[in-house]
Amino acid sequence: MDAQLLTYIFVGVTFTLYIGIAIWSRAGSTDDFYVAGGGVPPLANGMATAADWMSAASYISMAGIISFVGQDGAVYLMGWTGGYVLLALLLAPYLRKFGKYTVPDFVGDRYYSDLARLVAAICVIFISFTYVAGQMRGVGIVFSRFLQVDINTGVVIGMAVVFIYAVLGGMKGITYTQVAQYCVLIFAFMVPAIFISLLMTDNPIPQLGFGSTMSDGSGVYLLDKLDGLSEQLGFNTYTEGNKSTIDVFFITAALMVGTAGLPHVIVRFFTVPKVRDARISAGYALCFIAILYTTAPAVAAFARVNLINTVSNASYAETPEWFKNWEDSGLIAWNDKNGDGKIQYTAGKSFTGKPSFAEARGSNGERLLTNAPTDNTNELYIDRDIMVLANPEIAKLPNWVIALVAAGGLAAALSTAAGLLLVISTSISHDLLKKVFMPEINDKQELMFARLAAAAAIGVAGWFGINPPGFVAQVVAFAFGLAAASFFPVILMGIFYKRMNREGAIAGMLTGLIFTFSYIVYFKFISPELNNAEHWWFGVSPEGIGTLGMIFNFIVSYVVSMVTAPPPQDVQDMVDDIRIPQGAGASYHHHLSH
Amino acid sequence: MSDSHSAQAKQYWKENIRTVLLLLSVWFTASFILGILLVDELNTIRFFGFKLGFWVAQQGAIYVFVALIFIYVSAMNKLDHKYQVDEDQDDYVPDEDYYHIEESKAE
Repeated sequence: MDAQLLTYIFVGVTFTLYIGIAIWSRAGSTDDFYVAGGGVPPLANGMATAADWMSAASYISMAGIISFVGQDGAVYLMGWTGGYVLLALLLAPYLRKFGKYTVPDFVGDRYYSDLARLVAAICVIFISFTYVAGQMRGVGIVFSRFLQVDINTGVVIGMAVVFIYAVLGGMKGITYTQVAQYCVLIFAFMVPAIFISLLMTDNPIPQLGFGSTMSDGSGVYLLDKLDGLSEQLGFNTYTEGNKSTIDVFFITAALMVGTAGLPHVIVRFFTVPKVRDARISAGYALCFIAILYTTAPAVAAFARVNLINTVSNASYAETPEWFKNWEDSGLIAWNDKNGDGKIQYTAGKSFTGKPSFAEARGSNGERLLTNAPTDNTNELYIDRDIMVLANPEIAKLPNWVIALVAAGGLAAALSTAAGLLLVISTSISHDLLKKVFMPEINDKQELMFARLAAAAAIGVAGWFGINPPGFVAQVVAFAFGLAAASFFPVILMGIFYKRMNREGAIAGMLTGLIFTFSYIVYFKFISPELNNAEHWWFGVSPEGIGTLGMIFNFIVSYVVSMVTAPPPQDVQDMVDDIRIPQGAGASYHHHLSH
Repeated sequence: MSDSHSAQAKQYWKENIRTVLLLLSVWFTASFILGILLVDELNTIRFFGFKLGFWVAQQGAIYVFVALIFIYVSAMNKLDHKYQVDEDQDDYVPDEDYYHIEESKAE
């Protein structure tokens, strides 16, 4: 069977599964809708958290980025896993004991202030929308490449599926579809990785394979071979870093702390019955995430070796089919600078910016470009996002593996999109309407508003997917930077520093937000030409600035809280209460009886 | 919760903080010190087919993170049990009992 038919079958079967689960587990109350009734078993929550967390970026983009930057890719690997240690040790158990629905709930109650609640809710909505736009785009890319439909049609199909299970099922529906999506995505990621590892090193375990010798009988270690190839073609040595140490330090810290502060991840720990379950489900979650995150760098190295071996100095006419397919999708472009009909792939950009294709074809059959070529020898443009998707084709794996990878990419994008959309709808119906603007509505009306908000959020997300703002890639820095500079310090001090009061928290949160926001906007949008180490504060790039924002947040909130009145006694009692696990089951029970 | 003010609750919290700080220092060492600050020095050491610094940053640190959470879970379960603040007593509280407790607290 051909890859396209198989892809239709795999995608059709998995989508039917997701919708079936949604119908079986639909929500009946706000409790079901917001936190799945607080009754999710820890193992299931671990899987759901892993799927919630691993987005199109983790599944499609990350290995591709590492493949091109080598050692420096470690900022993502450590940054996006190390945050779970902070989450498990510092936040999750206490927020579970607190026992309400959302992050703004905690901020509003702990700091006895609707202003704090409002600021938190707006941050949640902003962070989640920047994140969700990229997911919808990911759905569109997978559809257009593997099913030959228009990107926009792909986005609309994705919206329809998420609509069914998020609006109908709420958190309950999302949780159990995420469990299924985790299984699909991890299987789809591991199968080609194992195949390729066997192919290249005879070792079936990719984590060990990329530290083994090549299977070609040369006895050379794969990474040594890769370092050699890279140097030969003028690229940086794969296993050595290029970024400055201080920048790597700050970016890693911002990604870790941002991960721990992301609302759609935190809210997953409200769904388990007990404090003990919150702790262990963070462990399960990281375990499930680590399977992909330790495989990704291996996939990156394999893909890099394979790519260089396949394209370097190959004649265009003899390139394999995948090369021309991706060229047709506009994600590969070749510009025969020296007119020898062969692909020269060396360091540097073959032209600046994104490829813009002319109608005509060149003498070798390649798509001609209107971009002005640069004067280096590199003739090849490759979009980093295609590495994972094209990997099975590059390694000549069977068609069913190619179809599986497409279904996995969709699972990764949809599961994260659904989690984010739920957080957005909860913030609107619960934090903004019920708690601030329309306190008189009853549970039934609140549930209706939650569903309406989810539907509206899907519409907006889809619109972003169809008309992607050119800055999607840049705004990811926002999501982590803002989460690191706002939520993490406020929640942490809310639990560990009893004396922290309303004035300190609000001042700190605003300082962190405004500083981080301005720094990113300045370097990404107002003066992008100044965006280099020479002009950065302390050599910290906008990606890492959330760490500095967080430090400012801690300092300002501490100082302000020292010169203002301590929090009221009942708030201090509440802090004492959340520090002790006992009674979480009762508060869960209490919730249900209402 | 009246006992949360007691000396016992304070002692529990102190031990909790000590556990967390100890584990976080391992977290910091594995990622920021070995994986970032000392990565070039470690790269001069061979670890099977890897340079050691590269391996720590792209593999080793992640394994340490996973291990840390499971160690934390088991340490905290023991600590909860030692101070009898675990949730075993919370299981299957019937409605009457739960509200009875609430009422007796209100009195």
